[in-house]
Amino acid sequence: MTGDTFPLRFALAALVGAVLVFTAEASFDPYVLSIIQFAGITIILAVSLNITNGFVGLFSLGHPAFMTIGGYVTALLVMPSARKTVMLPDLPFMVASQEWSFLPALLAGGLGAAIVAVIVGFPVLRLRGHYLAVATLGLIFIVQSFAVNLRGVTRGALGLSGLPAETTLWWVFLFVLLTFYVCWQLKHSSLGRTMLAIRENELAAACLGVNVARTRVLAFALGAFFAGIAGGLWVHLVTLISPNSFTFLLAFHLVVMVVLGGTGSIIGAALVAALLTVLTELLRPVEEAAALFGLSQIIVAFAVLVVLITRPTGMFGTAEPDFFAWIRRFGGSDPTPSNRPPTEEKTT
Amino acid sequence: MTGAYLVSQIVNGLILGSMYALIAIGFSMIYGIVRLINFAHGDIFSIGAFATLASISVAHAPFPVAVAIVLAVGALSGVIIERAAFRPMRGAPQVTGFIASLAVAIILQNLAVLTISAQPRTFTVPPALGQLVVLGGVSLRVIDLVIVGLAIVLMVALVLFVRFTRVGTAMRATAENYDVARLMGINIDRMIAMAFAIGSGLAATAGLMWASKYGQISPLMGLLPGLKAFVAAVIGGVGSITGAVLGGYVLGLSEVLFVGLLPPEYSGYRNAFVFGALIVVLLVMPNGLLGRSTEDRA
Repeated sequence: MTGDTFPLRFALAALVGAVLVFTAEASFDPYVLSIIQFAGITIILAVSLNITNGFVGLFSLGHPAFMTIGGYVTALLVMPSARKTVMLPDLPFMVASQEWSFLPALLAGGLGAAIVAVIVGFPVLRLRGHYLAVATLGLIFIVQSFAVNLRGVTRGALGLSGLPAETTLWWVFLFVLLTFYVCWQLKHSSLGRTMLAIRENELAAACLGVNVARTRVLAFALGAFFAGIAGGLWVHLVTLISPNSFTFLLAFHLVVMVVLGGTGSIIGAALVAALLTVLTELLRPVEEAAALFGLSQIIVAFAVLVVLITRPTGMFGTAEPDFFAWIRRFGGSDPTPSNRPPTEEKTT
Repeated sequence: MTGAYLVSQIVNGLILGSMYALIAIGFSMIYGIVRLINFAHGDIFSIGAFATLASISVAHAPFPVAVAIVLAVGALSGVIIERAAFRPMRGAPQVTGFIASLAVAIILQNLAVLTISAQPRTFTVPPALGQLVVLGGVSLRVIDLVIVGLAIVLMVALVLFVRFTRVGTAMRATAENYDVARLMGINIDRMIAMAFAIGSGLAATAGLMWASKYGQISPLMGLLPGLKAFVAAVIGGVGSITGAVLGGYVLGLSEVLFVGLLPPEYSGYRNAFVFGALIVVLLVMPNGLLGRSTEDRA
């Protein structure tokens, strides 16, 4: 139902994006570039969290846990083995001897996170609502415990520092595109409709022959995969990972992005993600100048309360805003709205 | 391993369990009436700790007066939060309330960081409470006994209140069936405010105990104990007050024994142990030890 124009529109968006990335790389200073990269990584996180929280309606706070896993896996694979033997003498030789290039290491990080998600998912995803929320929050603390205590692999609370600065805007852009592509295709595929069906009415979906448990775990693992990759990108941007790199606060921010954007709306989540990242960064000098640390957090949290009270479905609800209407008007083809919301808004 | 070591571990477990139990009661009461997991509950615990610092170290109030002040401050904060943040979105889906309570938690933490800085502060109990007593070969500080005793007094008072007073009966009726209770002329708003007041007062008292026992407090201290108290509430069966108490002691004791009895290299895994326990309990007994209904749970 995406309509045949989707690949075309996607290619067009990718091209425009590539031109923008090229211009940005050429003209901005490293600080501005790093903000753009953070915004991109946050977009990957928010959009992928939308698979679990938006499509299937599983309220998960576990993204930081998967980012930590992905971050460590990527860092350990990329790190030169000479450094590893100095920094981590207890590392098993199997890992210590590896020196991967960035892309396969990132994919391995995502895969590692996804595997953990599958293992954890089968028991944990039987829970609903805030029980699942707290269980996935617990996952953050469990992963943190392991990161602190498996000193031979992670260097404990010290973390791994001086990682190679592999992340560039191009890498971030590539994975933003990939996340978008996968999520968009998913949302408009039969699997995506199955997920939405589970969100709307699990029992009815099960009666129609949907394997609820498997679909849930799949969505959870897919979200975790992108979280793992985002973790890998993040740690090679800040060139550091420690057990406290990704905390509960990040989980809150990601959930806020999904909720403010509209649960299930890909573009909504991405817009809010970019907006919040830039906003926090702009507020930082204000906070530092006036010594008002935490001000931006308070502003964000207040905004969340106001939105929850006044507009509980977020900016776009489940729908995607139609930025491409003008292209169709130009081309004069495809008069049907190709990206209307797949289901009616849930009224509770 | 000597008997005295084991006994002192058990006492430590009881102390930690008392704190978990007091916080868990609030989780359970609020959940029982409005079906809200109040994530900001852990920050009421922090508020209690700072109210203790203010009343004992700054205002030099005697300990019993400080307890009363902390109870009142906690109850008042709970009522204000309910009024400002949760009442406007009553009736919204559960997850909405959960996110709102996360937002409240963030606001409280950062307000505290803004006004009193994130720097941890040290806190000492009045000398009379810091003295050592030896009971059956185990040396304890007076404050340890006070903590466990105070917790028991508060819990017994709560149970008596809920069971034998008119307001207590009305609260139980509201928890049993919200709509029918309203039809019977019970003022729902007052019952919800009451649940928040009592629960938050007890959580603040747990903050007082934490400050007295461990001697260090910070605005962000509430997160982990708050979450663990939620785990305790789940273990006991969310919605049940006695369940929350039982869950609190089970969790407190098992956490301390996990750290105390296993070789030291495992003690770093205590948080993993607690949250692992949560997952196991939810899978094996989705209703907890004393919970009843299965609605909207597993």
